[in-house]
Amino acid sequence: MMTTDQPPILIRGGRVLDPGRGIDFLGDVLIEGGRIAAIDERVESPEAEVFDASGLLVCPGLVDIHCHLREPGFEYKETIETGTRAAARGGFATVCCMPNTDPPADSRATVEYVQRTAAAMGAVRVLPIGCVSRGRQGHELAEMGELAEAGVIGFSDDGSPVADAALMRRALEYVSAFGLPIINHCEETSLSTEGVMHEGWVAVRLGLHGQPPAAEEAMVARDISLAELTRSHVHIAHVSTRGSVELIRHAKERGAPVTAEVTPHHLTLTHEAVAFTAEGANTLAYDTNAKVNPPLRARDDLDACLEGLRDGTIDAIATDHAPHEAVSKMCEFDQAAFGISGFETALAACLSLVHEGKLDLPTLIYRMTAAPVAALGLERFVPGLGSLAVGAPGDVTVIDQEALWVVEPEAFASKGKNTPLAGRTLRGRAVVTMVEGRVSFCAEAAIAS
Amino acid sequence: MSSNAVERRGKSSAAAVREPPGEPLPSAVGAWQRRHVLDLDDFSSEEISLVLETADAMKEVLAREVPRVPTLRGTTIITLFYESSTRTRSSFELAGKVLGADVINVSAAASSVQKGESIIDTTRTLQSVGADILVMRHKASGAPYLAARHADISVINAGDGWHAHPTQALLDLYTMRSRLGDVRGRKVVIVGDITHSRVARSNLWGLTAMGAQVVLCAPPTLFPVGLDPADRDGCDELALPPVRFDTNLDRAIEGADVVMALRMQLERQQSGLVPSLREYSRLYQVNSQRMARAAPGVFVMHPGPMNEGIEISMEVAHGARSLVEEQVANGVAVRMALLYLLARRR
Amino acid sequence: MAESIIMSEQDMRRVILRIAHEIVENNRGCQDLVFVGMRTRGVPLAERLAAAIRDFEGEEVSVGALDIGLYRDDLPARGVEVRIKPSELPTDIADKRVVLVDDVLYTGRSIRAALDALIDYGRPQRIQLAVLVDRGHRELPIRADFVGKNIPTSHRDDVQVMLREIDGDDRVVITPVEGE
Repeated sequence: MMTTDQPPILIRGGRVLDPGRGIDFLGDVLIEGGRIAAIDERVESPEAEVFDASGLLVCPGLVDIHCHLREPGFEYKETIETGTRAAARGGFATVCCMPNTDPPADSRATVEYVQRTAAAMGAVRVLPIGCVSRGRQGHELAEMGELAEAGVIGFSDDGSPVADAALMRRALEYVSAFGLPIINHCEETSLSTEGVMHEGWVAVRLGLHGQPPAAEEAMVARDISLAELTRSHVHIAHVSTRGSVELIRHAKERGAPVTAEVTPHHLTLTHEAVAFTAEGANTLAYDTNAKVNPPLRARDDLDACLEGLRDGTIDAIATDHAPHEAVSKMCEFDQAAFGISGFETALAACLSLVHEGKLDLPTLIYRMTAAPVAALGLERFVPGLGSLAVGAPGDVTVIDQEALWVVEPEAFASKGKNTPLAGRTLRGRAVVTMVEGRVSFCAEAAIAS
Repeated sequence: MSSNAVERRGKSSAAAVREPPGEPLPSAVGAWQRRHVLDLDDFSSEEISLVLETADAMKEVLAREVPRVPTLRGTTIITLFYESSTRTRSSFELAGKVLGADVINVSAAASSVQKGESIIDTTRTLQSVGADILVMRHKASGAPYLAARHADISVINAGDGWHAHPTQALLDLYTMRSRLGDVRGRKVVIVGDITHSRVARSNLWGLTAMGAQVVLCAPPTLFPVGLDPADRDGCDELALPPVRFDTNLDRAIEGADVVMALRMQLERQQSGLVPSLREYSRLYQVNSQRMARAAPGVFVMHPGPMNEGIEISMEVAHGARSLVEEQVANGVAVRMALLYLLARRR
Repeated sequence: MAESIIMSEQDMRRVILRIAHEIVENNRGCQDLVFVGMRTRGVPLAERLAAAIRDFEGEEVSVGALDIGLYRDDLPARGVEVRIKPSELPTDIADKRVVLVDDVLYTGRSIRAALDALIDYGRPQRIQLAVLVDRGHRELPIRADFVGKNIPTSHRDDVQVMLREIDGDDRVVITPVEGE
């Protein structure tokens, strides 16, 4: 991914925002040799290609610590190439991909396959996550030491929980030798079994089986206990309920080694999105594009997640980008696959929170740059990641907060067209994504300057 | 019989009935616009009344020696049942045939239900084959909505998962109305496995639209989470009507004008939702003792098939207050009315 | 809209009386006679005919109501209001002499539908047709046996029979409809 023979690029006159380092001013950023070379109110560089960023935001390249690239094994849903191109269009410069591939990433060979493919065809930096259990079966530990040597940044069995508490304990104990986090998809499946959406009045209305918040909270509580017991780091994936947020808040107050993330859809959509769409107001939508795990919850849960993001209970925003082939969504709700293809709408969805005054911009950018890096300790894999410090990798995202655009899934770079936002007009998008000093994505309109 | 029907004038249109019969009357409130009947949740009381009045005319046809009219000659009705059913399917088949339509029954074996490609593809195939109206029953809630969205024919929901069974609710309303007159202000108690009941849901919508007072009764494990007012999460009354519920049948049944018992699936005991059927019937069976606490003229209904001795005692099931057989008979008339209203020139 | 009254209340009374006499004369009495009024306005007309016969013959003629909504030769378009009501024939019409009664005879299609309906109820000995107004423009080979008044009209005209049982008073009006 390399290349020190890229011409220097000077991003001029934008609002340079790196909240992780308290930076917020109008100025310039120079990227040279694949790294941030200079950042100041005025930077000169005669050989540099100049990009006029006036009126735009200039941030560290966004970091997504939870996504599904589906390769190897599910290339009909997404490949590393298409997934990373989609990530770049969404403004992400780094993504951490989950190991629920086929074969799952429980061996060095699979991890290295992902790394090689990403190096050759990936549009952005890919950091792999390894399995907790062999085969993701939840019975025996995977060879986590070998996976750590191969370069995984953490362990997870996501889409599935680590169901067995004893196994989770052993896993937490074992990884403390490497200082890597276990990222858990918290779902007590005996409570959530057959549930296809949030258990609430919308599920009653639609006649669908629901998942109660307790299914998530029971395991969040368990994992917090185990983290405290083992003094080992647990990261709670895609938090969705008020109860979970409160458990994590109290755990952090006690100093427990717990971090957490939330998805853009859990911050902006409720379970009503399954039943009601803007058009067809009179008829129930049964929108399979809104079928996701954990499910879209009630308004109160959404508010709690926002509050958690504001006060730091939730460290990071992570997309949980989960692309699926069309046919797996064009069926009766019970049978449809779970997941939202989120890379290309995540930023705009989150910016809507800023536009509505629910979240301030520096906090938002922080939670998509320095905070995810800190939460998973990615600094030691890529020093300077998620920041615009001089010497940090040349990862930059330039954002037009005001650009209006219509979500057209058919135009997505991702193979996954499964989004509940199809047809909506959103405000804000990435216009340039740079990874290691190379432009990975540039919106056409942006060049017109 | 329907001598009342003749008397029910008053609102007849002031415009003369002009010839030829196809001449459109001035389009008025209550004109039928629907292409599908998926649930009663968006039916106005005028629309429901229109269906029930039309069913009166259909009942008269059924009473004839040769119950047959040529109205839907040339219309093709296809019943597509993914779940087996004797009474609903044969009710629709008879309804279509009495109206002179061509009726074809397609049985999708449970094992051939693949990922919904088959619902959309099947619907389109049936449309190409010439179906005008599709009557569909499926175990997945929302399946008929999928069919309606992807094809150009009319869809009638004959029951989808736990979600809706609009034709059942309409025939229940018709039956209540024929015995009680107006259901406005009447107390209707629905007792049984509410969580898994599409009959309860559609009846809730229909009865609420017609001004009845509905009380749902079930053991706590068979009440869906989310009906409780405290769980309504800002949901407004159009999204889900406010509902009264009670876990105690002896209390709920007091003063009831109608008691509707729902079938208790034998599998619910296996899945641990009730400790035993014996306990369920001890606490929730509709029997003569409990009926004595209801209003003096109380009627008993059941969508069938009945588990006599479990949710309903044998004597009540076959007693003088039971309307179960009438429900079945009315089912044909109500379904005829819907087929007639849906089969329109485009 | 310039509507003109072509039959007054008195005209109608005389005409109904005359038709009642014609029916009895033509059928040589009231034996096996059944009047079937076509909904909606044919029904009160049939009742008035029966009442007149009761007066001058002292005989009771049964009156029924026929709704032809299910026998139309086309289905109504979506969005068009239709209200069908049950038919009520008080007696078995097999072997009876049925007189169909309607307010206005125009294209003849309603009558064709009524004939189909009647035959579904049984096999009458004969079926005759009595109408208050015949406005011409038949599209089928149908004729009335007893006619109150023949009124030449154009297709653009609108002929309405008002009856006190339904509309509050008795008169027949014709309204020329301006062509678009």
